[in-house]
Amino acid sequence: MLEFFNVLASQAFLQNAVVVGLLASLACGVMGTYVVVRKIVFISGGIAHTVLGGMGIAYYYGWNPLHGAVVAALVAAVIIGLISLRYHQYEDTIIGALWAIGMATGILFIYKTPGYNVDLMTYLFGNILMVSQQSIHLLVGLDAVIILSVAVFYRPFLAVCFDEEYSRLQGLHVVSIYLFLLCLIALTVVILIQVVGIILVVALLTLPAATARHYARSLAQMMAMACLLGAGFTVCGLVASYTPDLPAGATIVLIAGAVYLIVTVFKGLLTRLGVKRPAS
Amino acid sequence: MNAKEPIVKIEHVSFAYDGTLALEDVNLSVPRGDFLGVVGPNGSGKTTLLKIILGLIHPLSGTVRVFGKIPERARHLVGYVPQHAELDYSFPISVMDVVLLGRLSNRSLLGGYRKQDKRLAQEALTMVKTADLCNRRFGTLSGGQKQRVLIARALAGKPELLLLDEPTASVDGRVEEDIYGLLKKLNERVTIILVSHDLGFISTYVRHVACVNRRLSCSRTQDITGDVIDACYNGPVHMLKHKCEL
Repeated sequence: MLEFFNVLASQAFLQNAVVVGLLASLACGVMGTYVVVRKIVFISGGIAHTVLGGMGIAYYYGWNPLHGAVVAALVAAVIIGLISLRYHQYEDTIIGALWAIGMATGILFIYKTPGYNVDLMTYLFGNILMVSQQSIHLLVGLDAVIILSVAVFYRPFLAVCFDEEYSRLQGLHVVSIYLFLLCLIALTVVILIQVVGIILVVALLTLPAATARHYARSLAQMMAMACLLGAGFTVCGLVASYTPDLPAGATIVLIAGAVYLIVTVFKGLLTRLGVKRPAS
Repeated sequence: MNAKEPIVKIEHVSFAYDGTLALEDVNLSVPRGDFLGVVGPNGSGKTTLLKIILGLIHPLSGTVRVFGKIPERARHLVGYVPQHAELDYSFPISVMDVVLLGRLSNRSLLGGYRKQDKRLAQEALTMVKTADLCNRRFGTLSGGQKQRVLIARALAGKPELLLLDEPTASVDGRVEEDIYGLLKKLNERVTIILVSHDLGFISTYVRHVACVNRRLSCSRTQDITGDVIDACYNGPVHMLKHKCEL
């Protein structure tokens, strides 16, 4: 533990890692709240895995994989969003197919890239200790877009998530608002991939928000709590994984998962024992 | 539009889900100030009729005019109270925020609500006697309280026509009576169309009853006889049963 803080004080790579972790917590707290209350975990998973296709293609042509990830995430968000709105019955099948096609595309392109082969594992499981300064700038930009959009569109997002039909009656363009929300989730996915990789994105997107949900009385409160929890999970994960040299992403997710399970079981026990908090 | 013209005018409307006719040649005209109860067995097309008036679905044939306009253009004059059982109770949203959703159409999408929106929302909550609940989480309310809050949401938009879908589907008899009493009072100011599968209760409150069973027949409440009801439900119905229980 002490070793972590000594290195943190002197080494830029670890400072960067902490910064990336905090940037990710901000995005996952805010957008994860929408994912949890609107129950679109599977849709978010679909977007996340399709991203590998974009990263693979960008890598093959020598572009920045992060840029490929942003483009692929946005395209996937729009396609999956339209499918879930228009063909609701087949939603899970089609998303499952896109999920697999995206990953397969990515793997093919990465495999065929000439020269030194990037470690596929970095994309799949993330490597928060290896994020470049340039990537951090992009992440700051993405975070700014997400926070600003939610600040401006808080009410329409709330309306569409809570009662879609009523929102339509109130004259909201539900399709555009929903697709915009999915695009913001897509950008969040790109940020989170830097921390925990494609495979574990869904965990970081849902666990802090799902934990916060037990105590939050409004969407804004749930977002704030989820951001704090996310920050706690990522920093604790980094600290815990550093000395024993464990993969940071997996450590972060395990801590988040453990806290979520403990809180949920604890809540369940309280309810079962009839010890209800005074009605809020 | 002329004050004597009907608020809702439906002519020769038919609607089908996947080839099955849900409504057939329906004609209905609702005058200003009316309190119309729409009754009929489950699956008879009552909710379909409401959704057509709201413009959420479009009839296969026939015309629908609400305040003399196509339904989409009249939505700002219409308040809608859906079946609250379809909402997610675990959603972290306060009673006030639910009611404020009724003010969304009256302003731009960006930023927060104005003072006037909050005042109207508060007034609507007071009208349904739930002003003290405004900071509670919506999901923690009782069935009757939820229903009142959803009525407040519809009232916050200052509607001239109120549409309610099974407002007493999941509340007990006493609360049901309360809600009908409230609606009767609101009817002094707004026209009301109420859908219910429960005939006995509403006949003491509404002015007209429309029986829907794919086709529709409308009568004044006092003219309703057992034969009219039986024809609608395809079988005898004990319409006095509820009155006796009271």
